[in-house]
Amino acid sequence: MLEKRPQPSKMWSYATPLVAVIATMVFGGVLFALLGKNPVEAIGTIFWEPLFGEFAFYYRPQLLVKGAPLVLIAIGLSLGFRAGIWNIGAEGQYIMGAIFGAAAGLAFYPLEAWFIFPIMVMAGALGGWIWATIPAVLKVRFGTNEILVSLMLVYVAEQMLASVSLGLLKNPEGFGFPGSRNLQQYESAYNAELIAGSGMHWGVVTALIAVIFAYVLLNRHMLGFHIRLTGEAPRAARFAGVNPARLVLFCLGLSGALAGLAGMFEVSGPSGVVSIDFNVGYGFTAIIVAFLGRLHPVGILLAGGLMALTYIGGEIAQSQLGLPAAAIQVFQGMLLFFLLAFDLLTNYRIRAARSEVA
Amino acid sequence: MDLGEINPVLLIASLMVAATPLLLAAIGELVVEKAGVLNLGVEGMMIVGAISGFAISVETGSPWLGFIAAAIGGAVLSLLFVLLTQVALANQVASGLALTLFGLGFSALMGQGYVGIKPPDMADIHIPVISDIPVIGPILFQHDPILYLGIALTAAVWATLKYTRVGLILRAVGENHDAAHALGYKVIKIRILAILFGGACAGLGGAYISLIRVPQWTEGMTAGVGWIALALVVFASWKPWRALLGAYLFGGITVLQLNLQAAGVAIPVEYLAMSPYIITILVLVILSADKSSAPASLGRTFHASH
Repeated sequence: MLEKRPQPSKMWSYATPLVAVIATMVFGGVLFALLGKNPVEAIGTIFWEPLFGEFAFYYRPQLLVKGAPLVLIAIGLSLGFRAGIWNIGAEGQYIMGAIFGAAAGLAFYPLEAWFIFPIMVMAGALGGWIWATIPAVLKVRFGTNEILVSLMLVYVAEQMLASVSLGLLKNPEGFGFPGSRNLQQYESAYNAELIAGSGMHWGVVTALIAVIFAYVLLNRHMLGFHIRLTGEAPRAARFAGVNPARLVLFCLGLSGALAGLAGMFEVSGPSGVVSIDFNVGYGFTAIIVAFLGRLHPVGILLAGGLMALTYIGGEIAQSQLGLPAAAIQVFQGMLLFFLLAFDLLTNYRIRAARSEVA
Repeated sequence: MDLGEINPVLLIASLMVAATPLLLAAIGELVVEKAGVLNLGVEGMMIVGAISGFAISVETGSPWLGFIAAAIGGAVLSLLFVLLTQVALANQVASGLALTLFGLGFSALMGQGYVGIKPPDMADIHIPVISDIPVIGPILFQHDPILYLGIALTAAVWATLKYTRVGLILRAVGENHDAAHALGYKVIKIRILAILFGGACAGLGGAYISLIRVPQWTEGMTAGVGWIALALVVFASWKPWRALLGAYLFGGITVLQLNLQAAGVAIPVEYLAMSPYIITILVLVILSADKSSAPASLGRTFHASH
């Protein structure tokens, strides 16, 4: 039977992500075998090829490109999740950040000037912030459930994206095809690699800064303490004078701004174009990253790297082994499952069953 | 623009079809939440139900077997939620999200061979004379059997919750699980059954989309209906008949915006397409003021440790 631990086990809280990854590899292998692929080869391709394979020089930079938005979004989400504030609409905030950022840049086209990119960064953060502040204000003012509102806004943002790619931001020289001008060909707006061939762009730098910022906030700052207190002991938090409304506005707003930044860095860099299929689900995968990283900044950094690895490895397995793209999605979902399941061991102890009257 | 082309009788009839997936999913989730469990995996269970039902009815040629498979598919996925929240005592919000993410991926994987296929048709019922009455006939007596099942299920859930002992126990578990436990009710067992029922209903709702409403299979075709169903439960203040009313309201908005798109109204298509989601938010805002009817133990983990 289960017995609640007086305090969560430190050892298990570090061990569960590893156990979950191993269990996912085993069951993922079974899944791949059922799909008629060699499981050892498939798992090897996903986890080994991008890092140490023949073409690793090409894939390693991709890890940063894919990992940065995941880490950036997950850091923001984790602050709210810790306080029991559930922003699950990061995908929408990511889209709005991209739209705002790209629009700000394209407004200056074809002017070349140093201040264009910083303005785009601010616009991107603003776009995400606005989109996340809507559920925050509604929650504070009317008590509306932020989970449902933030999620509904993802669908609204997707329609906005379709609308601007076909209308407002459409490339006037694009021969009628949907999608904006390519920001990669607009020097002042291009989020280029800082060191050629490294994959390191401003989004990666921002993600690293966000990790450090979140770490300092949670460990060295009163606001971070209030966030942790609200999550762990809401009643005590109220007695300690935590203002819940302010916390909701801060956590949702910040996570929105970070998701917006991620979208802006993506559209101005690796993607380059605002198009209908611009978003690829980073906002949802980041939820897995946040939990896999134990809602801890350093953990999220590692988890973001691992998840980026499954994305890139998944693409390699897709082209080399014909593994369906959806199989990788299932694989990532499985990871969250096992993580939540094994977390039982962090908070509870398994004891030999005593007989008792139920 | 020609609004005259919109036929009100057809509009109401198709509104009922559009509302049925929502209604089925919402009624299932309503029972789950009445038992004190918040399952945010409705979207995932719906999409798995959609592909299970689609695949089985294509393979067997029988839409009925398809719907049965969809209910089983939804219930099996909800079993994962049971394992996480009732056995492993994990956070319900996180587990529900996991269920949706996993369900979306899993359905895409299962549905690979089924894109672009037309499923077998489920014949609408036709009662001589009654079905042919003008206006009333097409609205009330010319639908597929599952639509009526949705309404019957609403009535059954309402009567069960209100008049039976089972309903009373379910509500007790949802209002105060410690008290229910002290009275000797098996809290976990009752919650597991409620979650499985919710999963089966969501599965049926999903299959209704892929077999009757659309009818074909595309990845992610539930497009947020599961989330709207969750909002609908709040809208309904956890009351079955209000869930029916809400589902018809949302069905009406969906159908109306599609009709306006077809009629070529001067509003861009994208803005019409986002209207159901915006209206969901507005409705949530209006109704959030009154939280008194929510089950008191909603979303809390039960562990008989004392």
